[in-house]
Amino acid sequence: MSVRPNIRPVGHKPPFWRDRAKRALIFQIILVAVVAAFLAYIIHNTQANLNARGITTGFGFLSNTAGFGIVQSLIDYSSQSSYGRTFVVGLINTLLVGGLGVIAASIIGFTVGIARLSPNWLIARLANAYIETFRNIPVLLQIFFWYFAVLRTLPGARDSMAFGEAFFLNVRGLYLPQPLFESGFGLIPATFVVAIIASIALIIWNRRRHEATGKRLPAGLISLVIIFGLPLLVLIATGVPVTWEMPELRGFNFRGGITIIPEFLALWLALSIYTASFIAEIVRSGIQAIPHGQTEAAQALSLPRKLVLRLVVIPQAMRVIIPPLTSQYLNLIKNSSLATAIGYPDLVSVFAGTTLNQTGQAIEVIAMTMAVYLVISLLVSMFMNWFNARVALVER
Amino acid sequence: MIHNKDTIPQHPAPKGTIGPIAWLRGNLFNGPVNSIFTLLGLYVLYLLVVPTIQWAFIDADWVGSSREDCSRAGACWVFINARFSQFMYGLYPSSEYWRPNIVFAMFAAIIAWMVIPRLPFKRWVALLALLVFPVIAYVLLHGGYFDLPRVSTHRWGGLMLTLLLATVGMVGALPIGIVLALGRRSNMPIVKTFCVIFIEFWRGVPLITILFMASVMLPLFLPSEISVDRLVRALIGLTLFQSAYMAEVIRGGLQAIPKGQDEAAAALGMTYWKRMGLIVMPQALKMMIPGIVNTFISLFKDTTLVMIIGLFDLLGIVQAALSDSNWLGFSLEGYVFAAFVFWIFCFSMSRYSQYLERKLNTGHQR
Repeated sequence: MSVRPNIRPVGHKPPFWRDRAKRALIFQIILVAVVAAFLAYIIHNTQANLNARGITTGFGFLSNTAGFGIVQSLIDYSSQSSYGRTFVVGLINTLLVGGLGVIAASIIGFTVGIARLSPNWLIARLANAYIETFRNIPVLLQIFFWYFAVLRTLPGARDSMAFGEAFFLNVRGLYLPQPLFESGFGLIPATFVVAIIASIALIIWNRRRHEATGKRLPAGLISLVIIFGLPLLVLIATGVPVTWEMPELRGFNFRGGITIIPEFLALWLALSIYTASFIAEIVRSGIQAIPHGQTEAAQALSLPRKLVLRLVVIPQAMRVIIPPLTSQYLNLIKNSSLATAIGYPDLVSVFAGTTLNQTGQAIEVIAMTMAVYLVISLLVSMFMNWFNARVALVER
Repeated sequence: MIHNKDTIPQHPAPKGTIGPIAWLRGNLFNGPVNSIFTLLGLYVLYLLVVPTIQWAFIDADWVGSSREDCSRAGACWVFINARFSQFMYGLYPSSEYWRPNIVFAMFAAIIAWMVIPRLPFKRWVALLALLVFPVIAYVLLHGGYFDLPRVSTHRWGGLMLTLLLATVGMVGALPIGIVLALGRRSNMPIVKTFCVIFIEFWRGVPLITILFMASVMLPLFLPSEISVDRLVRALIGLTLFQSAYMAEVIRGGLQAIPKGQDEAAAALGMTYWKRMGLIVMPQALKMMIPGIVNTFISLFKDTTLVMIIGLFDLLGIVQAALSDSNWLGFSLEGYVFAAFVFWIFCFSMSRYSQYLERKLNTGHQR
């Protein structure tokens, strides 16, 4: 058997389709050309279509008067406001339900996830039943359930369910007392901020002292007392400069107080409960990913149970938990766009719904809406990546 | 050496370590805190389960044809019964139900064949399922050939539409996802950038805005003489959205394959496509089957969103039935039924993925 010598004369170059670098270059040039041609085709068609329909492009429509009302807005808004304002109102409502949803979902999710690992057989089974029920039902269905099957069937204003004489729940929403701040109240948030700064300083000092001397104070408990105790003291010292405006039934409806609309309640409940079932599984798998030897080693050092959890298990579990948790937060915020199905005035419902229908500026409106979600996604994942990099395992 | 040939007689286990009482003490009442939790749990269970059973079974009405047959003391399953065929087939003409039924049966047979490990010729069945079955299904469902009357897509609905959207979305998303995942790991900077932008864009926006885009903007992108069916538009949106998620799942699988596998294949002189197709991708896909099933579950649930752009999937048709003036006030029954159907599908899929995870895990056990 003869072996064919594969020796190339010096200076002889292989044909360009055998050269990996050149082949890659040609392939990429073709790719760019195809994408560019595709985009040009789309842009050409869009312009032709827009001309045929007589739609002008541009963002000028944002300053026109909107002329429609929005049931919930945290900033001043009337039907005389501009379309640009509807965008801001919708954005704030999206962030509100997203933010509160993230908080509620985290609380429920962590509780259920830890309960799932409880040594108590019944509690573990209940947590498992919660997870398996809610994560296997579409979130839109859950939103409909809370809205149409629960909140829409509540009694009318006259037969409201009352909790004390301050909280009322009826078909129009949840009514809460509203705090009215009198002069001199500004001192309390100021104390609050000072207390937070003081506790941060305390925690840093305590950590340094712990590293230097091995002694440690229960800094968490002390900060908790400072953060809630100091403002409370100031509140009492200044003679409680707050009055509560109670919701009152006048005629057919409640007046005064804070009203939480049922659309918000339904969306918030459904998103929190749905996402919590995923967070619970993430928390469980995160804790289970920590080798049991870690706990045993910490116990062998006779660390108290609380410190075993806080110093050994939780910091390591967080590494496993944070990346998938980030995706769940993003999913929750993106799912809040389902608001449009029940009429909660979020960004998609107000802006990509009503505003788009009234102005017909489909491209601008959809582009702005998508841009908002993209920016939120990128910001959250940037923050979480930063956080992740801080806690991630540093290996050689 | 002395041997005692007599075996020591077996003794019963010490009292208090076996039996129901010991189990209760070990698992439910070990310590005061746990006992309190147990009692609390029992109370919650009592609050939830008793009224549910009372409502759904004991006080429920099962037979009848109109709302007069409902006593309204509990659930009125008469409503579900009366609307059942609509929930399954949407507005499909009832004389043609045999057509979706055949497609359902074929679909179920294919799934069963793929899922049950003992059945042979999996590769050929998969090939037939991918190439021949869609044609048969389209001809049967849409009609217009072989003297079958045409049923236009706006009459399709119910569970049939849900399954159709999920299956087509998934089958379409898998190859696109594979290409995107390979592109994202490519050495070519422009290819990589395109793939990263594509994936991050589709993953960063809510599905509902994509469906809006598909229904509002797609007609603007195409020449005015081409009109795309609304169902097809939704399918395009769903597939692109899902392919971005699929790409990330597959990327995870690719990252888990040791680099040595690729290098060894390269050392044998294999080209890029041979290395990927014969060595890397089969291992990655096998490893990521649970992830792929999870993506499928989320796609299955996400199909409910098409009701927002006016298609009547299972949830959409239930919602439409609830606003029928003959059946006002049965929303609870409607949602419980829809939730039950979705739950059965998703739960069995997640169980299957867990089973696969265990089955495929054996290779790595020591």
